[in-house]
Amino acid sequence: MQRFMISKARNLLESSRQNYHFQRSQLFSPQSAHRFLSSTPAANFDSSSFSSTMAPPVSINTINPKVLECEYAVRGEIVTLAQKLQQEIQTKPEAHPFEEILYCNIGNPQSLGQQPITFFREVLALCDHPSILDKSETQGLFSADSIERAWQILDQIPGRATGAYSHSQGIKGLRDTIAAGIEDRDGFPADPNDIFLTDGASPAVHMMMRLLIRSEKDGILCPIPLYPLYSASIALHGGTLVPCYLDEATGWGLEVSELKKQLETARSKGITVRALVVINPGNPTGQVLAEENQKAIVEFCKQEGLVLLADEVYQENVYVPEKKFHSFKKVSRSMGYDEKDISLVSFQSVSKGYYGECGKRGGYMEVTGFSADVREQIYKVSSVNLCSNISGQILASLVMSPPKVGDESYKSHNAERDGILSSLASRAKTLEDAFNELEGVTCNKAEGAMYLFPRICLTEKAIKAAEATKTAPDAFYCRRLLTATGIVFVPGSGFGQVPGTWHFRCTILPQEEKIPAIITRLTDFHKSFLNEFCD
Amino acid sequence: MGIKALDYETLNENVKKVQYAVRGELYLRASELQKEGKKIIFTNVGNPHALGQKPLTFPRQVVALCQAPFLLDDPIVGLIFPADAIARAKHYLSMTSGGLGAYSDSRGLPGIRKEVAEFIKRRDGYPSDPELIFLTDGASKGVMQILNCIIRGQGDGVLVPVPQYPLYSATISLFGGSLVPYYLEETANWGLDVNNLRQSVAEARFKGITVRAMVIINPGNPTGQCLSEANLREILNFCYQENLVLLGDEVYQQNIYQDERPFISARKVMMDMGPPISKEVQLVSFHTVSKGYWGECGQRGGYFEMTNIPPQTVDEIYKIASISLSPNVPAQIFMGLMVNPLKPGDISYEQYVRESKGILESLRRRARIMTDGFNSCKNVVCNFTEGAMYSFPQIRLPPKAIEAAEKAEKVPDVFYCLKLLEATGISTVPGSGFGQKEGVFHLRTTILPAEEDMPEIMSSFKKFNDQFMEQYEDNWSHSRM
Repeated sequence: MQRFMISKARNLLESSRQNYHFQRSQLFSPQSAHRFLSSTPAANFDSSSFSSTMAPPVSINTINPKVLECEYAVRGEIVTLAQKLQQEIQTKPEAHPFEEILYCNIGNPQSLGQQPITFFREVLALCDHPSILDKSETQGLFSADSIERAWQILDQIPGRATGAYSHSQGIKGLRDTIAAGIEDRDGFPADPNDIFLTDGASPAVHMMMRLLIRSEKDGILCPIPLYPLYSASIALHGGTLVPCYLDEATGWGLEVSELKKQLETARSKGITVRALVVINPGNPTGQVLAEENQKAIVEFCKQEGLVLLADEVYQENVYVPEKKFHSFKKVSRSMGYDEKDISLVSFQSVSKGYYGECGKRGGYMEVTGFSADVREQIYKVSSVNLCSNISGQILASLVMSPPKVGDESYKSHNAERDGILSSLASRAKTLEDAFNELEGVTCNKAEGAMYLFPRICLTEKAIKAAEATKTAPDAFYCRRLLTATGIVFVPGSGFGQVPGTWHFRCTILPQEEKIPAIITRLTDFHKSFLNEFCD
Repeated sequence: MGIKALDYETLNENVKKVQYAVRGELYLRASELQKEGKKIIFTNVGNPHALGQKPLTFPRQVVALCQAPFLLDDPIVGLIFPADAIARAKHYLSMTSGGLGAYSDSRGLPGIRKEVAEFIKRRDGYPSDPELIFLTDGASKGVMQILNCIIRGQGDGVLVPVPQYPLYSATISLFGGSLVPYYLEETANWGLDVNNLRQSVAEARFKGITVRAMVIINPGNPTGQCLSEANLREILNFCYQENLVLLGDEVYQQNIYQDERPFISARKVMMDMGPPISKEVQLVSFHTVSKGYWGECGQRGGYFEMTNIPPQTVDEIYKIASISLSPNVPAQIFMGLMVNPLKPGDISYEQYVRESKGILESLRRRARIMTDGFNSCKNVVCNFTEGAMYSFPQIRLPPKAIEAAEKAEKVPDVFYCLKLLEATGISTVPGSGFGQKEGVFHLRTTILPAEEDMPEIMSSFKKFNDQFMEQYEDNWSHSRM
């Protein structure tokens, strides 16, 4: 985790990004000696005596350095340790002072007991095995509207073949449904041809980074703290992350003045800033942007010619009555801006919301404001992978068009949905309050998404102890917490933070009945940690 | 607004270089014609279910039950689902932590990877480590992940057979590497000659390229040839001598239509050869649920197995996989079911065997029908489809046809395939999409259309082809190899 902040802080605006050129600077490594030798004419090249001294093609010194550079803390070191401890408890229950690992590191609701939405699973099961639709017993097992919806969907699939590759953007009929859902949500039309269904939102993000980043001179403006998919993807594609710190004191506000400042600084260093990433509701920070803020952001992107990459996967996770989710598409259109004015990519996923279907890998990006030839290129890249998984496509369409008034499953669907969302809201509040009770810890409200991102003040003694183990201070705290209590948080350094500040990310997803135990253990641990490291 | 941040000029150049003919010009034209109401037979991609092949019953039953676990509690579930499907659904659900809707381990569910390892052991006779098996959203994603590790820049070359499945050329372009072609020999049943390999490598090195990896597709796509054990030994020796990682695309291992050369995995041969080869050659093998007799393309299920990749590097590959969190869980279950199939005595066993055999035997017959059909056409020569799902006939275009193509500003085989499409509705992929020797033209079609439709399709093709040849033929010269 330390590697993220230290190397990132140093390299962020440097134009000498680690890439292929990195290898050339290592003139005396055996691997590059091989490369020198390999460039001599064939006649001088004796391959048979050479092989035993060469590094294997796939080894740490010879793989793509961009792979080495990227980090993804959500499933990083702390999690690996947690899994190890978990195995130890399984074989020897007394091995540790806790009976179970409490994973609060990843937005994976169904792994922590959240139930899937019945209607969605009914439709998916019927689409997986359509031959049961002809059986009379099926009427007794499935709701009538799930049967109807399954028929509707199957009729949109050529030959009703759910096992066939579809159109590379996804099945047309499903995209029609999604576009209609977007229009219902926003009040502005959506074009099914703008929609690209993907195996989760993450591959769509990677695709956009690949299109936008030509070299380390291309920068992507990102809010910090940042969900590390973005930093990892930018590193993997050889670009430069241009950071813009969110303001913790004002509930993680994104100030356009700050954006402008960072943009200018980057440009002055020869970086072409290509896009702005905005995650709304935020991850890890949980804020829901105010509409005025969104308008200013749209205006900024329009003026500066930046692509707006709007990660809106938490659009259905809003817990406070004073805020509402507004899509950036809606905001742009309501400002009178259309395709000619703003290039916007909006990402949605089936993994979050109240449905939490992470394992299905369903999602899409809605791509507006690009020329036809750019669109062709996006299509072409999508086609190399043929298509995203069909079941995930179907689920994305269901998420964007849930049961309506009058449908048999309407009431039960809404009851399930409201139950999950109100439970999430209440857990968010309970945990937020608990963090604020801890000495030296302050925690902003989780207005949306699935996380809390408390700030922790660490003493000099603690920081020194961390440095002695070559760990970032927040990772040091998280590691100690894990080994003492079994609780897994992700250190803030995995997300980026103002230098000298420390945070950790905790999900609001553990079951309600486990939360009191989590709070007690955390509180006890925290007290003893403070005692151990008081200056 | 002044500047647009992303227009064609400012796109990543590597993206622009990518070509993927399987869903390129011919496919787009076919889709247009279909919209206009023309009947199109899509033979452009190995997509069996799109051409009427039915999914196997048992896996669909199991996955449906996993999707809706509340069914398992219902007393009447046994009226619709057989007991072994119910048991298997419970088995797979118990491997997950939270059912199909939770992210699994980024490498895939450990229980399923164990089943894959056991399959590999049964197949090859050598143990396989589940920790070195990663499940992916389709084999293609696995290929891209591995090539992304290997390719550092333009100076890195990957040996790719020509003709090849254009996932490889597209991915190498996308990642900014260099494709180092090695030509398969059409007159020798698309055989691989190690001398061709040596020559290709020497030429690449002369240009300053570091050749890093070698791709083999066995059985071949589009060419269908099955590599002999001797061939595989030569290849492994070659990779050992030249320090190349071998990438074994074995997605068609179940699709074998002759008995002289059954499928042998690269790993088995490598292990049979013993040290130093078995301990030092680096190998990554790929498999999928999309092909074989399963044909479950839409699930996006695949895996890669690594051999002799150092642990630190395996960790890095794991790290990259973790950024995308996990492969889709339903497809993981399809993979488990495929590698751990029903056994004699299981309730659904007979149905499973009947369905599987039906498909494989039909594919074998269709491979023969198509090969013979093409060989009966004027100026068409077609190697037998020994395996995989494609037929790759050589079309000997007369000089006048080539001239006409040039006038129409089309590559000659694209010209031919477009005319074929317009005349018959048969949508193929021109050979230029796969690579071929200069001046030699092919097209790729699949052997997947329903058996009862085949005679008509082949006669429709013959009619078009023979008319085309008459139209453009000169008496004294043909294009030839």
